[in-house]
Amino acid sequence: MYWEKDIETMDRDRLAAIQLERLRETLKKAKKSSYYSEIFKKIGLDTDRVNSLDVIGEIPFTIKDDLREHWPYGFLAVSKDELIRMHSSSGTTGRATVIFHTAGDIEKWTNLVARSMYMAGMRKGDVFQNMMSYGLFTGGLGFHYAAEKVGALVIPAGAGNSKRQIQLLRDFETTVIHIIPSYALLLSTVFEEVGVDPAKDTKLRMAFLGAEPHSEKMRKKIEEIYGFKGYNSYGLSEMNGPGVAFECPFQSGLHIWEDQFFVEIIDPETLKAVPDGEEGELVLTTLVREGMPIFRYRTKDLTRIIPGSCECGRTHRRIDRIKGRTDDMLILKGVNIFPIQIEKKLMEIPGVGTNFQIILEREGYNDYMTVKVEVQKEFFAGDLKQLERLRHRIVDDLKSDILITPKVSLVEPGTLPKSEGKAVRVIDNRKE
Amino acid sequence: MIAYQLSIFAENKPGRLAAVTGILAKEKINIRATTIATSDTFGVINLIVDDPKRAQMVLSKAGMTVNLREVLAVLIEDKPGGLDRLTQLLLKENININNAYGFVLESRERAVFVVDVDQIEKAQKIIEKAGFKTLDADALAAVEPFHYMKY
Repeated sequence: MYWEKDIETMDRDRLAAIQLERLRETLKKAKKSSYYSEIFKKIGLDTDRVNSLDVIGEIPFTIKDDLREHWPYGFLAVSKDELIRMHSSSGTTGRATVIFHTAGDIEKWTNLVARSMYMAGMRKGDVFQNMMSYGLFTGGLGFHYAAEKVGALVIPAGAGNSKRQIQLLRDFETTVIHIIPSYALLLSTVFEEVGVDPAKDTKLRMAFLGAEPHSEKMRKKIEEIYGFKGYNSYGLSEMNGPGVAFECPFQSGLHIWEDQFFVEIIDPETLKAVPDGEEGELVLTTLVREGMPIFRYRTKDLTRIIPGSCECGRTHRRIDRIKGRTDDMLILKGVNIFPIQIEKKLMEIPGVGTNFQIILEREGYNDYMTVKVEVQKEFFAGDLKQLERLRHRIVDDLKSDILITPKVSLVEPGTLPKSEGKAVRVIDNRKE
Repeated sequence: MIAYQLSIFAENKPGRLAAVTGILAKEKINIRATTIATSDTFGVINLIVDDPKRAQMVLSKAGMTVNLREVLAVLIEDKPGGLDRLTQLLLKENININNAYGFVLESRERAVFVVDVDQIEKAQKIIEKAGFKTLDADALAAVEPFHYMKY
């Protein structure tokens, strides 16, 4: 039932003691990075004299822009030759945010995801099909090594190619999958097409649903179609990736691994802590990371601590499923996209006017994005071919940056809401 | 002579052509010919009007995206082979036609064929040398009375 019983069921006092000890270590390590050494100097923090977890409150928040501004090595707390891997977040504006890992980091991260998978019920003997993209994205490799550690037979299927997914799933009697929830719905239509009932004709018994916030209703629907249990999986590349908080078999909130992360929930406006049970922005501090320790990282994800203990016996607190974002990041097919990325790309293209609009839609189980773009008046030469070329260039340029092929429609200048103030740049029509 | 074609960028949705013709009607600008080229969600409305410069001004003023494009308006005979004489000539000279459309001036007598070509000056010389008459905006506006005199 437990991967590491001692850690998972540790009483809160001991957990706090371990957190303090690990915080001290992390502070000492972080002092070697150019970014935090300067911060600690500025706030007068003596890393040798830390007697309480309250010290964390003295350290300023870290945001994505800080990672970007001090790209690539500003946060590095070890020498470069200690590093064995890098990952990068999917949503990037200009410079990607990069996270570097030492051998120790990878080992701990792998163990943490293994702990999460074991908690949900995956065991040696299971056949695990990883339907996430491998590469810079953490969802592929993060789960891959952890599933091997648990002892499952891993099928590194990667993302997409639905018919092959089904073939693999049937041929090798896959029991566990890792999948983006919106893709799970899309895949169910392909199952129907090939005349296979995922609930009856497969050995599937559980799924990790990750990389995309989803509602309880959507989970239930997926569980019903596939006839398995779907476990909500949370993580972000800045905090390694998957493995930050996962559901246990009771499926009532996600246990957040407090031996590895210090958790705060803040009011995104006042930046003050909110009491347990109240919704706010999740803020995380790494407690065991060597290569790139990060303090008080603002995830921009909205959630709350679920008060009370869980029936599973784990003492690590639970967070609620992610309710939304405090910024304008949007998630499409598991890819994080910021409207500013689209804006930046568009403004580099001659002929593009001042305003644009992003529309997210769901057709059946397929999500897609339409970008409406105003054409510059002066650009128009009375030629349809020229407009077609512009449209193709916009599609290609956006695709290379956001990794998703948008539909692009050119519109007349002055017909979209003005960009001044808080224009509604994004219209999300995706309904449950 | 060079004529002007009015091109208007418009989204492919109900009411866009009506918006254009509404303005031109109010301004008493006469439309001689029109074509529409569409691509998915947007298109281009091409017009030959009797007062292209004024039309451009009033449509721009109304917020529309308008371009005045130089085209050749060639007078041809309205009889079998009339258009063929012109297109064979353009083929022989290897001149590519981007867009073309025509309208009849006097039934079975004369028609105007509007061609949008890449090398407009070169094309104009060749066409005129072969004995065709090309019309400019004023001439296009003026041919109208002859048309009515037929009735």
